Amino acid sequence: MYRYDEFDARLVRERAEQFRTQVMRRLNGELSEDEFKPLRLQNGLYLQLHSYMLRIAVPYGTLSAIQMRKLGSISRRFSKGYGHFTTRTNLQLHWVRLIDVPDILHELAEVEMHCMQTSGNNVRNVTADPFAGAAADEIEDPRILCEIIRQWSTLHPEFSFLPRKFKICVIASEHDRAALLSHDIAIQAIRNAGGEAGYRVCVGGGLGRTPYLALEVGSFVPKPHILAFIEAILRVYNEAGRRDNLWKARVKILVHQLGIDEIRRRVEVEFAELKQSGMLELPPAEIERIAEYFAPPAFDELSGDSPEFESAKRQSRPFAAWAKTNVHDHKTPGYALATISLKPIGLTPGDCSSEQMEGLADIMESFRFAEIRVTHEQNMVFPHVRQKDLFHLWQRLDALGLATANHGLVTDIIACPGLDYCDLANARSIPIAQEIARRFADPGLQADLGELKIKISGCINACGHHHLGHIGILGVDRKGVENYQILLGGSGAEDATLAEILGPGFDNEGIIGAVENVIETFRQKRAPGERFLDTYRRIGAAPFKERLYAH
Amino acid sequence: MLTDSGSKQRVFRKGHIGADDFLFVADDAPLADRPVIVTVTRFLAEKDRLLSRPAPLGVRLEPAESPELLRSDLPKLKLIELHVGYFKDGRAFSWARILRTRLRFTGEIRVTGHFLLDQIAFFLRVGVDSFTLPGNWSETEVEKATGLISNVYQPSADHRPTILDLRRRATVTATAAE
Repeated sequence: MYRYDEFDARLVRERAEQFRTQVMRRLNGELSEDEFKPLRLQNGLYLQLHSYMLRIAVPYGTLSAIQMRKLGSISRRFSKGYGHFTTRTNLQLHWVRLIDVPDILHELAEVEMHCMQTSGNNVRNVTADPFAGAAADEIEDPRILCEIIRQWSTLHPEFSFLPRKFKICVIASEHDRAALLSHDIAIQAIRNAGGEAGYRVCVGGGLGRTPYLALEVGSFVPKPHILAFIEAILRVYNEAGRRDNLWKARVKILVHQLGIDEIRRRVEVEFAELKQSGMLELPPAEIERIAEYFAPPAFDELSGDSPEFESAKRQSRPFAAWAKTNVHDHKTPGYALATISLKPIGLTPGDCSSEQMEGLADIMESFRFAEIRVTHEQNMVFPHVRQKDLFHLWQRLDALGLATANHGLVTDIIACPGLDYCDLANARSIPIAQEIARRFADPGLQADLGELKIKISGCINACGHHHLGHIGILGVDRKGVENYQILLGGSGAEDATLAEILGPGFDNEGIIGAVENVIETFRQKRAPGERFLDTYRRIGAAPFKERLYAH
Repeated sequence: MLTDSGSKQRVFRKGHIGADDFLFVADDAPLADRPVIVTVTRFLAEKDRLLSRPAPLGVRLEPAESPELLRSDLPKLKLIELHVGYFKDGRAFSWARILRTRLRFTGEIRVTGHFLLDQIAFFLRVGVDSFTLPGNWSETEVEKATGLISNVYQPSADHRPTILDLRRRATVTATAAE
């Protein structure tokens, strides 16, 4: 993984010190809360229902053992002994005190981490395919470009006060494991007809109250010019994005109001100018320098099948169940990827205790794993595991309560923190996720239902990605009472689709029954081998509506 | 040092705070016999008369007004004022950058209105020269706020060496030392 050089390290340290002076100015009254707010937000600090919440950047979802151990330590000493991994692959710590934040930033800087631009109207933490470096169909490691973007966007003088937040995602496979098209800029590494590597760039995706999938603005951007192209998009957006209405300020609104052709024309004009200046052209040596950090580890020469793995599956049914759902094919023979579910039945999706973080760091050291990945589905991934080590790894995870065998199944639910924590929320998300997971806890039932992605947001801002759920749930406020709408047919994968609202909402008990009825309808109507999404696409919303509303 | 020249505005430029050498003149007010700043509306309406005066002329751009409006007249202007209505509106950062790197404006760019001490470093990077200070900030405070972060990642209108440039130099030095 990437390691800071002296320049990266110094900037992060100085930024922490700068924030200390800003906190002091706030505490002694020099800064009003209105003036302090964007400064703290640019350092990831929110003021929520009960306390401050600090959002720590996990760039492109990658963490080392040292970093994971530090997160465990920080969450124990400065929060309440746990953290919450988000759909942006960041870590949120609730219950922090303002006065402690500069010290936390310094401690993070010691392990090459920061909270910069995890909030505020700037370019946010860049996300990537969590299978980077391990996927067979990958053109390059997408994190190379992510790190280049991270540096370029950090304290960008022109784009730190944009109309609204700005999210960039990079993948390098045909398979989308990062909800690519729901980002403001969606970048996919591709090869053109001549075999040259470059990038396809889409713009204007986003969820929230007006969900859109991103549209193509550049069909093939050559590698050396990708920063110039991104900067061109930002320039067009900073000039023309709406600033009069918070709800219409995202670039997706501009893209869909002006039309993608007009956006493309404006971007091309800016791009031509930036390209000609050469200022942002990426030197091959710098791409190479960063790429070296992401070089794959030295894999052992193994045969494709591990007898130890096969025998362990025969001997332990729980392990076999976990291996079936949470272990994935790796590009290298004898290796696998392993998903660590942060969705134990009945607990809070995405939460991880200090002990679990430190336990994961211990595991990484024992198995010599250089890194762990956070996924947008609020789980984690060990990217390079020898198949013969999987059983032992599973035992270690199980001892930490991290071996739930439900990846991609009905209980692997994405949920935002909701009204339990967030001052923007209209309804609670966590208890709904917990109750659905309890109802479908039976492993046989989950296996029978197959891949089924439920995503829950506690308000229209859609942090829980409900528009991308096979079943999406949106919490709203209905005359002071929590009410839940149900959406069907969304997908955040390579077949990206926005879910559609089925009908009137339900109260917090009714929504559980409604989900059960939707799933029961699927079981009755499905053809052999169909996933929920396949059935929905084949038969449409009508049978589900009939079941939920026809009485 | 703040010197009394009839203006109460304090202007920060090149590390020092001084009196405002320009006077902003409203559209319906008479022109004083000194350097003045006028709105784009007035400039476009009275361009010939304004440009025939001997005193230096500046034009104020509001947040929604692109410097492209002044494209052909920029060589005749001494100063462009970028007026910030509310500090969260970041368009002025792009206007300054466009003035410098696209329109090649070589006169003074000044930021006025509502902005934060913490934004000055960014404004200096995109090509701004001077600031009419909205707060009671001292030279020391402004200097300190602009010097907290030593290096920069992005090339911009200030043409400062970027971290990438510094890395290359370090590599060249290391190679030479071998």
